[in-house]
Amino acid sequence: MAWYVLRRVLQMIPVFFGATFLVYFLVFSMPGDPIAALGGNKPLSPAVQDRLRAEYNLDEPFIVQYLLYLQGLAQGDFGTTFAGRPVIDDIRRAFPVTARLALVAIVFEAVFGIIAGVISGLRKGTWIDSTLLVTSILVIAVPTFVIGFVAQFVFGVKLGLVTINVGANVTWMNLLLPGMVLGAVSFAYVLRLTRTQITETMTADHVRTATAKGLSRPRVITVHILRNSLIPVVTFLGVDLGQLMGGAIVTEGIFNIPGLGFNLFDAIQRGESTKMVSMVTLLVIIFIISNLLIDLLYALLDPRIRYDARK
Amino acid sequence: MTISRRSMMLGTAAGGAAALTLAACGSDEGGSGGAGGGEGGGGGGGMILANGTEPQNALIPTNTNEVGGGRIVQNIFSGLVSYDAEGTAQNEVAESIETEDSQHFTITLADGWTFTNGDPVTAQSFVDAWNFGANASNAQLSGYFFEPIEGFADLQGEDVAADATLTGLKVEDDHVFTVTLVSPQADFPIRLGYSAFSPLPEAFFDDQEGFGEKPIGNGPYMLTSWEHEVSAELEVNPDYKGPRAPQNDGVRFTFYQDIETGYNDLLSGGLDVIDNIPASRLTSFEQELGERAVNQPAAIFQSFTIHMEDPNFSGEAGSLRRQALSKAINRQEICDTIFQGTSSPATDFSTPVVNGYSDSIPGSEVLEFDAEGAKKLWEEAEGMEPFEGPFTLAYNADGDHATWVEAVTNQLLNNLGIEATGKSYPTFAALRDEVGNRTITGGFRSGWQADYPSVFNFLGPLYGSAAAEGRGSNDADYMNEEFDQLLADGLSATDEETAFAKAQSAEELLFRDLPAVPLWNDNVTGGSAETVENVVFGWDSQPQYHEITKTA
Repeated sequence: MAWYVLRRVLQMIPVFFGATFLVYFLVFSMPGDPIAALGGNKPLSPAVQDRLRAEYNLDEPFIVQYLLYLQGLAQGDFGTTFAGRPVIDDIRRAFPVTARLALVAIVFEAVFGIIAGVISGLRKGTWIDSTLLVTSILVIAVPTFVIGFVAQFVFGVKLGLVTINVGANVTWMNLLLPGMVLGAVSFAYVLRLTRTQITETMTADHVRTATAKGLSRPRVITVHILRNSLIPVVTFLGVDLGQLMGGAIVTEGIFNIPGLGFNLFDAIQRGESTKMVSMVTLLVIIFIISNLLIDLLYALLDPRIRYDARK
Repeated sequence: MTISRRSMMLGTAAGGAAALTLAACGSDEGGSGGAGGGEGGGGGGGMILANGTEPQNALIPTNTNEVGGGRIVQNIFSGLVSYDAEGTAQNEVAESIETEDSQHFTITLADGWTFTNGDPVTAQSFVDAWNFGANASNAQLSGYFFEPIEGFADLQGEDVAADATLTGLKVEDDHVFTVTLVSPQADFPIRLGYSAFSPLPEAFFDDQEGFGEKPIGNGPYMLTSWEHEVSAELEVNPDYKGPRAPQNDGVRFTFYQDIETGYNDLLSGGLDVIDNIPASRLTSFEQELGERAVNQPAAIFQSFTIHMEDPNFSGEAGSLRRQALSKAINRQEICDTIFQGTSSPATDFSTPVVNGYSDSIPGSEVLEFDAEGAKKLWEEAEGMEPFEGPFTLAYNADGDHATWVEAVTNQLLNNLGIEATGKSYPTFAALRDEVGNRTITGGFRSGWQADYPSVFNFLGPLYGSAAAEGRGSNDADYMNEEFDQLLADGLSATDEETAFAKAQSAEELLFRDLPAVPLWNDNVTGGSAETVENVVFGWDSQPQYHEITKTA
């Protein structure tokens, strides 16, 4: 097991370099000169532009810029924003916010998605199953920003139940609605995935045997059906955690939550390469780690995977 | 003279929804040390809740050229003069600004002004700040404001000494300094209201980085907290003694990424005043806000520019084609249908809110819609040399421009029978790249937001020879000696009437040559909640924050 973990951690190194290089290259290739754009319609004087370029290493060729960036990273320096602040400060502020938002979302989609999926799967073909299925299709079909703005308008403006500008006061309570909006689509997927798995497992031989042995229905459901059905669901949730962290751009924008997505969006608009690369790299690392954790959890749920890993 | 990041905002955002702008305030004040309970106006006392955006640069007046930082800097610093809502300059720190030739100015400061750290505001505070801003080694984004002052050019070299100063500035004593300009500029005193001309205390020069985070000013307010990407809080400066005395207890700017959220916050009581309405609400906001809706002209001029050397648009035939394009566009229809009445057709090369504007300049008939006349002009040009189409109109896709570009090109197609299409660039920066390299062909969208309320701000920087060929914002490289002379005459005039008459004669030449085709003037759209009174939007599209009073 330890060897397996170590191997996975070592795999992160090339992924890290590959990701930063790719992101840096993409940012570098973005059309438009961010320094010239700082001046808007009024061109900055060449002397001013040169000084700013030199300050952000933008006058160097691509590979030198990238190496300088890595050199900074090695010393714990994530670079500075155009506003002259260390990028790491922005990350420190934004990361906990996004982490909490993603946590709310993942708990929401896991708890409600699995419960709804189980109900749906066990009561296949009934009205409650149909209702849940139609709901899930709706949620998947409607874009997140529509769900977000409608939810904000109904619960915030019309009913006055929730805070509209969550950024001013990021409490768990205030994160509830944004978390649900963020997790809405995945909730629908979890529901459908669970439902399919449950229906499939219900007709499996071992379930029939367990029922024939005279085990109680709750015991058959929890031990024999659920445990086997949940493996793909858990995998999905793991991958999803990484996506929620990075994919919160829309939700954070709607509810004005100053998290990673919010900062990333700002950085893209301003062409701040160091900030963009650092944030995206961080998201990649989170994605890798959450995948690793899920693989470990997977091994716990399904012993066969452990054996494969040992070989 | 210009607009830097503001024009970037203009570039990316004007004409509807501002992509970047918005701010708001928490509808629940409880967090982040906010003032008081969630009663809306109650616990917060007289704190005005307004929208804003995260400042893009440290809060140094000479380095702030975008609206996010601008609205803070403008309220925590006082310059020699400030503008009232109509754009009239009034003395603030200055007691008098005297000149006999519009080139040599003697500036006397009023007594008793101090910075919020107790230091006195002296002539040296201004001279040091201006020298700092002008010196290229400090790479200040608003440095070009000091261009008219003698000695500016010498501070723009690659290896200018960090302590080099403007030769045109001389401190006489604590309260008096003189300014010598390169050439006469009658509107120089009006320009002094722009925040780049603010004074700086000695503390700034000791710790510039710290100052940028916690600026020490002399304005009506002082910055008491700045939570990045969240909000900034301004409290009243008790020592302020100028004309902008605050009628409230402070202003809290909440930064919104999406103005839609800010608008929802306004509707639900989390925001008192908003200066930007999201595009999706333009049709309904005047109903929803009633008398509290604001929809008034702003100092924003929109146009499209065609380079003077563009093969299709140079020479006699080109000149006719420019006229034909202008006449073939039904501006009123686009303002009504696309902008829902939040723009008005342009009538000159500036906007109705600046001094020196006129709607009856000879030649401005070219802005009137006349499909037949346009077609005739175009055919006449075809007789001289054939047009090699299609006509493209370039715009940046990160702003809200696709709809009106499509409308304009459709009108050109229908009214002139030519192939006309929009050409989209992914970002404002990408568009500016091609414009800057002069590799762009056909028309490209251009806009200008005034930095100071004078028609000259719309002319020299955009069409003067001094700003051509990459030296400024004359993207068409329009070079006309007669035009330059008229502007110079206007700027050296000692009375406003003569000055503006010269500017209007210069505009006549522009109507003939059309380096840019004027389209429309944007309005500022905004509104306020019932929690506040006396909300007035100024000529610069900004609410006069100090005048707002809290009712609850």
